Amino acid sequence: MSLHIHDLHATLEDGTEILKGVTLDIPKGEIHAIMGPNGSGKSTLSKVIAGHESYLVTGGTVTLDGEEIFAMSVDERSRAGIFLAFQYPSEVPGVSNANFIRAALQARLPKGQDIDAVAYYKTLYQKMDILEIDRKFTARAVNEGFSGGEKKRNEILQLMMLEPKYAILDETDSGLDIDALKIVAHGVNAMRSPERGFLLITHYQRLLDYIKPDHVHVMAEGRIVRSGGPELAHELEKHGYDFLKEAAFA
Amino acid sequence: MQFQISNFPMSSDAAATLDLETREAIDIDRTKGDFTFPERNKFDAGTGLSSKTIDYISDVKSDPAWVREFRHKALQVFLDKPLPTHWATKDLEAIDFDKIRYYLSDGEKPKRSWADVPADVLETFERLGIPQQERAFLAGVEAQFDSEAAYSNVKEELTKQGVIFCNSTEGLKNHEEIFRPWFGKVIPTSDNKFSALNSAVFSGGSFIYIPKGVKLKQPLQAYFRINSENFGQFERTLIIADEGSELMYMEGCTAPKFETATLHSAVVELVALKGAKIQYVTVQNWSSNVFNLVTKRGLAMEDAEVRWIDCNIGSRLTMKYPGVVMKGRRARGEVISIALANTGQHQDTGAKMIHAADETTSNIVSKSISVGKGRATYRGQVHIPKHLKGCKNNTECDALLINSNSRTDTYPAITVKGNQHATQHEASVSQVSEEMLFYMQQRGLNPGQAMSLAVNGFINDLVREFPMEYSVELKRLIDLEMEGSVG
Repeated sequence: MSLHIHDLHATLEDGTEILKGVTLDIPKGEIHAIMGPNGSGKSTLSKVIAGHESYLVTGGTVTLDGEEIFAMSVDERSRAGIFLAFQYPSEVPGVSNANFIRAALQARLPKGQDIDAVAYYKTLYQKMDILEIDRKFTARAVNEGFSGGEKKRNEILQLMMLEPKYAILDETDSGLDIDALKIVAHGVNAMRSPERGFLLITHYQRLLDYIKPDHVHVMAEGRIVRSGGPELAHELEKHGYDFLKEAAFA
Repeated sequence: MQFQISNFPMSSDAAATLDLETREAIDIDRTKGDFTFPERNKFDAGTGLSSKTIDYISDVKSDPAWVREFRHKALQVFLDKPLPTHWATKDLEAIDFDKIRYYLSDGEKPKRSWADVPADVLETFERLGIPQQERAFLAGVEAQFDSEAAYSNVKEELTKQGVIFCNSTEGLKNHEEIFRPWFGKVIPTSDNKFSALNSAVFSGGSFIYIPKGVKLKQPLQAYFRINSENFGQFERTLIIADEGSELMYMEGCTAPKFETATLHSAVVELVALKGAKIQYVTVQNWSSNVFNLVTKRGLAMEDAEVRWIDCNIGSRLTMKYPGVVMKGRRARGEVISIALANTGQHQDTGAKMIHAADETTSNIVSKSISVGKGRATYRGQVHIPKHLKGCKNNTECDALLINSNSRTDTYPAITVKGNQHATQHEASVSQVSEEMLFYMQQRGLNPGQAMSLAVNGFINDLVREFPMEYSVELKRLIDLEMEGSVG
């Protein structure tokens, strides 16, 4: 049981190739981190898995517990268990957070079945407490006028409410101060489970001090150029990406 | 100002991604108002309009002489007036006045109890949920079927307080002393071609009188149902709120989907005397071949308030500009308007605010949504003459475009003379961004659900102005319109 990415190639609409053969296996119960310099294709990888239509898959496969996902629409992939915490989450004017998350949960229920409002709010408040989110938050429009930190916390709240099989966190640490980072990490750690796989995409090692990965991969120019254990992140922190590139191609 | 935005990219196969279940749900639900029963008309004025038609209607309704005369004069005005061209649509020419039937009824008097309403008419209103709503939260209901009310009832305690709620025919006969002085005074026959048409052939609609100081806690509701093909519905509503009284009136309307065009042309006059408050709420959901050409205006005397809360969904062409004439000092007028234009539809809506006294205040908030090839137009008129002091107007109109071929236009005409007034006008055009849709879809919403949520968010602040029971219905209607909209 894993999110399995095999020899994935993807281009922009203009034909520019961004992913040049990515292979990665994220079994349930594991946390994988992808690090790499800007422009290495990390974020593209997350969007291609989620099904963003700006990218064209030109080769390779992605399977979710053995099932091909490229035939699925964006929302089908979500309901099948793939969650993407966005680097830049969209605003949804006029739609309250509570209604938004509720609609997402409702979309997972069979026709004719409704969310139990009391149970829903109970769970929502419980998760908000873990993330130290104020109760007033439920009535605010999704991400509208949110600070960077609030947006990221909201992403983790949605992750906690939707309980996906595989969660991809795209630069969730960027723009967070250390206190917010700890809170977000606390939320993610609370979601660690033998039933769930994580892919953390990050530029900095800092996040990995708080969320301990099982495996670290380095991405450069559209490929995974090195994989290792948590120590790889420290090596990168010490020597930077240039060092690594030299080492990789030496 | 005129906006038209094109080149909004949308996934062309997104509609194909709507799952079968969703599509089935749409198909079933869309037919809610789309059913009809065999015509049961004992009285049919036939097609076409002449002075004979007028006499036929007056005979059937046993009109008093002054009403018959009023109708004949109106017919002449109607015939003399050209179709309005300034409304910028050629579509009006598609109305064939000779093919319309102007009066249809079964000759029954409105019933006070649903048990007395003929079975198929009762079933019609039950399918539309009217008796249930009455039991749940209404102070009184009038249910009109083609030309006449089939049911009309008001809670007994209100009758004891002197509240009158009946149809216009009963109003002009049984309460002439209150009815006649205001009838046709807020909207004169000659106001426009369609107000003249209504004045000539009007039938049904509500007459309401709220005595001094009486404040209704629950709304009164009217429901207008078209059942017959090639038919024109011309209800006439007159509401008089005496000094210091308050009421909320709600109207809903549907028609089945016929092959041919149907005409709905109402005239609604509101009179809010000193310190009175009238809220008039409309949720219309006409089928897509109804011409909906309605004239609505309120008169607000000193310290009085008239609010139009208006939601226009469906119809082929709607032309409706609820207005308030603020005739007394410190009078207030407000129009809150939501319009949704889908493919094949043109919602030409707006507001008229006529300031005619010092320190009068008006507020217009209009939000329109254009889906597919739908067209939404905001047409506003605010008039503040030079000799007045301390008048205020606020106008906001926001348009949301869903698809690349959707269209919106804004024509705000604000005439302010003199320098002792405050006016403010804001307009915006926006579209649902692809990134927003991607975000919502990544959370598991299908494209239709995502679009629906975005649209509901857009109008959310206005929906709050509707009574709860209506806002639920409104949300449901918008969900239905949006589900099929993507792609």
